Amino acid sequence: MLILECPYCGVMADETDLHGGGEAHLKRFGPGSSDDDFETYLFHRANPKGVHFERWRHVSGCGKWFHAARNTMTLEVYGTYPAQTYEPPKELVAKIKKKHPEWGGWK
Amino acid sequence: MSNAVSALQGESFDGYCKVEEAGLVGMITLRGDLASKGVAKAVKAATGAAMPGQGEITQGAKGRVGWMSPDELLLIVDHGDAPKVVETATKSLAKENALVVNVSDARAVYRVKGAACREVIAKLAPADMSVMQPGMLRRSRIAQIPAAFYMEDDETAVLVCFRSVAQYAFDLLKDAAKPGGEVNP
Amino acid sequence: MSTRLAQGGRLIDRSKPKNFTFNGKRMKGYEGDTLAAALLGEDQMLMGRSFKYHRPRGVVASGAEEPNALVNLGQGERFEPNQRVTTTELFDGLTCTSQNHWPSLEFDVGVVNNYAARFLPAGFYYKTFMAPAAAWKHVFEPVIRKSAGLGQVPTEADADRYEHYYHHTDVVIIGGGVAGLASALAAGRSGAKVLVMEQTHHWGGRAPVDGGEIDGQSVDAWIDATLAELSAMENVTLRTRMMGSGVYDHGYVLGYERVADHTPGDGRPRHRLWRIRTKQIVTATGAIERPLSFAGNDIPGVMLASAVRDYAVNWGVSIGDRTVVVTNNDDGYRTALTLKEAGLDVPVVLDARSEATGPLAEAARAAGIRVEPGRAIAKVHGGKRVTGVSICLQAGEGSALEEIKCDAVAMSGGWSPVVHMWSHCGGKLIWDEAQAHFRPDPNRAPTSHDGEAFVVTAGTASGAMSLAATLEDAYAAGKAAAKAAGGKAVRKAGPKADAESEQPMAPVWIMPQGASIKKRMKMWLDYQNDVKVSDVQLAAREGYESVEHTKRYTTLGMATDQGKLSNINGLAVLSDALDQEIPTTGTTTFRPPYTPISFGAIAGEARHEIFQPIRRTPMHQWHEDAGAYMEPVGHWRRPYCYAKPGETNEQAVHREVLNTRENLGLLDASTLGKLIVKGPDAGKFMDMMYTNMMSNLAVGKCRYGLMCSENGFLSDDGVVARIDEDTWLCHTTSGGADRIHAWMEEWLQTEWWDWKVYVANVTEQLAQVAVVGPNARKVLEKLGGMDVSKETLPFMQWKDGTIGGFDARVYRISFSGELSYEIAVPASQGRAFWDALLEAGEEFGVMPYGTECLHIMRAEKGFIMIGDETDGTVIPQDLGLNWAISKKKEDFLGKRAQQRSHMTDPNRWKLVGLETLDGSVLPDGAYAVGEGNNVHGQRNMIGRVTSTYYSPTLKKGIAMGLVLHGPDRMGEVISFPTVDGSNTVVKARICDPVFYDKDGEKQNV
Repeated sequence: MLILECPYCGVMADETDLHGGGEAHLKRFGPGSSDDDFETYLFHRANPKGVHFERWRHVSGCGKWFHAARNTMTLEVYGTYPAQTYEPPKELVAKIKKKHPEWGGWK
Repeated sequence: MSNAVSALQGESFDGYCKVEEAGLVGMITLRGDLASKGVAKAVKAATGAAMPGQGEITQGAKGRVGWMSPDELLLIVDHGDAPKVVETATKSLAKENALVVNVSDARAVYRVKGAACREVIAKLAPADMSVMQPGMLRRSRIAQIPAAFYMEDDETAVLVCFRSVAQYAFDLLKDAAKPGGEVNP
Repeated sequence: MSTRLAQGGRLIDRSKPKNFTFNGKRMKGYEGDTLAAALLGEDQMLMGRSFKYHRPRGVVASGAEEPNALVNLGQGERFEPNQRVTTTELFDGLTCTSQNHWPSLEFDVGVVNNYAARFLPAGFYYKTFMAPAAAWKHVFEPVIRKSAGLGQVPTEADADRYEHYYHHTDVVIIGGGVAGLASALAAGRSGAKVLVMEQTHHWGGRAPVDGGEIDGQSVDAWIDATLAELSAMENVTLRTRMMGSGVYDHGYVLGYERVADHTPGDGRPRHRLWRIRTKQIVTATGAIERPLSFAGNDIPGVMLASAVRDYAVNWGVSIGDRTVVVTNNDDGYRTALTLKEAGLDVPVVLDARSEATGPLAEAARAAGIRVEPGRAIAKVHGGKRVTGVSICLQAGEGSALEEIKCDAVAMSGGWSPVVHMWSHCGGKLIWDEAQAHFRPDPNRAPTSHDGEAFVVTAGTASGAMSLAATLEDAYAAGKAAAKAAGGKAVRKAGPKADAESEQPMAPVWIMPQGASIKKRMKMWLDYQNDVKVSDVQLAAREGYESVEHTKRYTTLGMATDQGKLSNINGLAVLSDALDQEIPTTGTTTFRPPYTPISFGAIAGEARHEIFQPIRRTPMHQWHEDAGAYMEPVGHWRRPYCYAKPGETNEQAVHREVLNTRENLGLLDASTLGKLIVKGPDAGKFMDMMYTNMMSNLAVGKCRYGLMCSENGFLSDDGVVARIDEDTWLCHTTSGGADRIHAWMEEWLQTEWWDWKVYVANVTEQLAQVAVVGPNARKVLEKLGGMDVSKETLPFMQWKDGTIGGFDARVYRISFSGELSYEIAVPASQGRAFWDALLEAGEEFGVMPYGTECLHIMRAEKGFIMIGDETDGTVIPQDLGLNWAISKKKEDFLGKRAQQRSHMTDPNRWKLVGLETLDGSVLPDGAYAVGEGNNVHGQRNMIGRVTSTYYSPTLKKGIAMGLVLHGPDRMGEVISFPTVDGSNTVVKARICDPVFYDKDGEKQNV
């Protein structure tokens, strides 16, 4: 059972205090978007074996959404960061890259 | 009004810790920019307490203030004072983007008293109760409902949950505090 | 026969006898006994029957690995099947019965399976019970269930209580043998917070049985001294009767504490499940001895050599007067020596190795024990009890050289480290050639959230097989774990023992090595599931290569012991049959729990009234006192109706509808979600959340709104009120408040985080009462305090004020079609307000009404209900709600999805009213059939009923449904076949969904 550090509360939150929200950093497509873009936004999700960026909510804590960079194989957590961003922090990406040179990198 | 009652009207249970509903407690949710001077001033005026930092709860002459999230505070005052506090704070924060609402009646509050008060809550909450000290506030869950807790003193834990589940919370605490259930007898 | 020796038994207190019964027979043991020791002390060797062949079964082991000796324990509300006697502590008044036999343990009819064994090979069920499918339900399954299976299912509710306990620590040490204690010393001395758990009620594990010295003292003395030192450390918690059940991701450990199994009914929780979060875990879980595979190795009286020794030393119990020891390693000699010392006879030690030259073999010879190297057991004689063995050459095919009379056989096939806790979370194993076992590979430990190893093994669990090596390894493990968990460096030296030399063991997987098929069919691998060497070999011949597939095909290791004894032997046989190395075959997966844990422990406190949270409104008690029939709405309980004495629920509902339409009804609407949305950007935000335009709603007014998911599907609805310039109040459905609150927060936090909007959920702050009916205004005017006239408070507006002295917010909204006020007061005064309305309403014919009345009244008005008319695939356009979808707004959640081709398909089913030709009530959920069949040969469907009621107002059945081209087919009659077996068809005419007061004259007065 996972523990993730809530970047807002600073506590190591138990998985039962959290709510998973799937892939992070999705771009919303609204009215006027193409069928393909909208389909991708609504239905297509990355499901990598390895490094993954996810959304989590500290649901029975502060109630805030945050992001976690996590390895879906080893369950290693590289870092968590607030959700108010379009991409992961550069230092975090660099840290992961250093650990996993074979990783294709962020998008 | 005199006909106002708390969810369990002060019901209590004597187990290896005492569990009691705290009766009517004034509670106010304040959402806003916690770094703003206006918020600090409004908090001070309402409770006499200083702004709490992350995970903290502070105390003043008129009440307490708990840090609930990066943009939310919980003000704890006398039940009868809550509407006035909401009115005053709303006025003083009129120029800021802030929301002040009375949630006194949306909550139930319990005290768990005794040397093993942390242990009783630790049967229900995944949070590390052993590190809880007066001045700290933790939001987590007890069994299947969200809850917040803080220590009034080393042997008194205060637990806040929603009013609609007041009976469930009380029954949980009662069950956890039942004699014979001592983890470290 | 097995018996209690006159002396010995380091764990029992002979001054404290304990009485118990087995199959109704009164027996006696002592405090400190396990049930196994007590039964053996009373010569009860036969304890059960095997799963498939119903062969007689006695105990083979002395601990958690026991596969055979399972009993039904206790009676009535404390009855529990499949309890291992080796891990059950004896207490006064214990009752147990044996399992899996009929009519009796001694004479079991099912044993005919045994004689048919050659017709019941591996995969028998798969091969035989293939078809016809119906035979499964009526023939095969009932027969198999009766003949196979273990204990009985309890029939009464469990009388005990259970609880969970969350514990946070630096280091968890699983296992309280000398290794665990040595690790605890190291970790404790580092200052780290340490929890040590031991599954039995005594510390020290099996080292005291094996003998030796630690730091110049006896093992027992060292254990006492170490416990004293550990107990004095404030940072160390010691728990017995607590098993490490499982190791999970990120340092999560389950500890299964059997608090009161041995003191039933003393008021304590029976089990406590420790949910532990730790930085580091030390698994000091020891090792388990392997059986040897020889013909007849399952006959009662054949036991693990270490178990025979345990019973003698720990409990003063002798398994037999004459015990033949058969071994492939030096450890077996310890049993021979122990028995000899206890004054018992060991006619021979059969050592499968070609030479027996180690110091222990020499000691056995010196003690006058006959030692026969290169020898094996050809066959064990006996039925329900060992009577003798035939001896043969291990290298040969099993020709008997000699027959020796004996009443017990002690076998030792070498030791396998208990790697379960290491493996649960991904720790890898390596094959140790010298010891012929899998042991943890310290270089491939399970890793935690930080990517670092979080489990370390200690002692024999690491594969350190001598006392000296165990202590050294365990102390180092404790140090390493403490350091990794942030403890300070430990300089003090750890405990030491003298090194002993041992002759290497020799792997022996089949005895004798050239055994015939006839012999191999009598060599048991899995005692509980009756899997033999021949079954695994058959599976290999039939093409099973993967150990996981072989396990499932043969059921090897699938019994309640999960292959603790059979696993290594089984995969060695499989490897041999596949002609490959054992590490190539690999092991099956180790999964928690280590041994079965009780359902009670898993459920914890969640039973009876705290099974789940029940949400109650401030008026809940009044409803219960009034005898309301309550129904669940999410976690809320709401009154469905208030039946009076002599009234059915249906009659009550009809009365409530008519009274509300004619006089005055009160509904507890407190469960309705109430969300405050405030901020300079709140209007913009509201326009995104709702399909309607909400930003232009005037202050003081109300508007009905719809919310959709990004898929375009209708997700919630409710009335929105504009409170002031930058504040809106959103009513959600009763079940939807938390979900919609979270939905709003999600968008504000993750998409529009620069918008200045705050949301607060004030659902429970307010008690809300719907005051409904022609007399609604009269009662409010009587209570007084504010003007609620048509002029001051018209339909779809709201106002703050006081009513009867209560601070109230009054909304002129109606879900019933009647003159209606929804009034919110602080929840603390909700009950008082409800009482005041009832009292004041008396002269106006007031009656409370429940949710069913609410449903009927809204259906009469053609109002949709989320969850009835919607099911997550319905868009507002399907429900004729286009009027509530803004065409002016560029964007709202769901708008883009509603432009997708499937959403604009003219063939989508649309909402209509349905009235049956005969006035009857359409069956709930009924489907309307069209012409022809679909590709599956089923009738084509053209619509379905979404809501259906008897309308007491109109005195006939009314319904709503989604129908293909429905709105274009007004007046058409469609057919709804029933599925109640009556083979009838209900005909209904498509009509307008508004059945009552189409122009809204009644609500707008």
